[in-house]
Amino acid sequence: MDQLQNYLFIAAILFSLGLMAVITRRNGVAVLMGIELILNAANINLVAFARFGGMNYSGQIFALFVIVLAAAEAAVALAIVINIFNNYSSINVDEVSQLKQ
Amino acid sequence: MAEITFWFIAILTIVSAVMVVYGQKLLNSAIALLFTLFGVAGLYVFLWADFLAGVQVVVYIGGILILIIFGIMLTNRITTVHISHSSIQRGYGGIVVVGLMGFLGWMIVRTPWIQEHSAEPDQTVATIGKLILTDYLMPFEVASILLLGALIGAATLSRAEE
Repeated sequence: MDQLQNYLFIAAILFSLGLMAVITRRNGVAVLMGIELILNAANINLVAFARFGGMNYSGQIFALFVIVLAAAEAAVALAIVINIFNNYSSINVDEVSQLKQ
Repeated sequence: MAEITFWFIAILTIVSAVMVVYGQKLLNSAIALLFTLFGVAGLYVFLWADFLAGVQVVVYIGGILILIIFGIMLTNRITTVHISHSSIQRGYGGIVVVGLMGFLGWMIVRTPWIQEHSAEPDQTVATIGKLILTDYLMPFEVASILLLGALIGAATLSRAEE
């Protein structure tokens, strides 16, 4: 609990799992969930380094902006996913390979 | 007691993240993501970032997760009760991810981290608020323009065509 390494290990595991979801999942929404996991892992690292680097607030503010970016990214990505579903009737990312039908 | 709580939150985070990646139904993955996000908020509390923990709960769980569940509902027909989702290239993906995990773990163990011990602050909200309106005013304004752009963009993209 007072060891930097514990937090880094948790973040590394979360990052690996998020990458696994991005690589292997076929559903576009599941890929988005993987991206959220990766962003959370990055945020844990930022806040952990801020806490163990002499309580520096820059890390926390950076994490705050990452959360803002994640919200914007989720909104736009889901709009794109819904458009893909309207055009292809499927959001499996390996089937969506054409720019124009 | 705090130690037990920390490890409980850590295990909750990781187990639910595994369920996000390996869940059989898409909706189960989304519900597991809820517990992962809660676990990360708990870790923020242990890292003395109380304001960030609140933001995590409000924005991620109250906003992004709801958006993801809306996405699941809108991209599947109502008649498909069991929205299952499959995976591809599990073997190769597993090799890459386990290799990356091993590399990161090796690096974390090998690096001599320097830890500064500082006093725990009473609360972080006042300091963060002051910093946002002084040192980080420019990124704050840019973030507001970005959110406006994302709002208009998402509304335009998802609107049904005439």
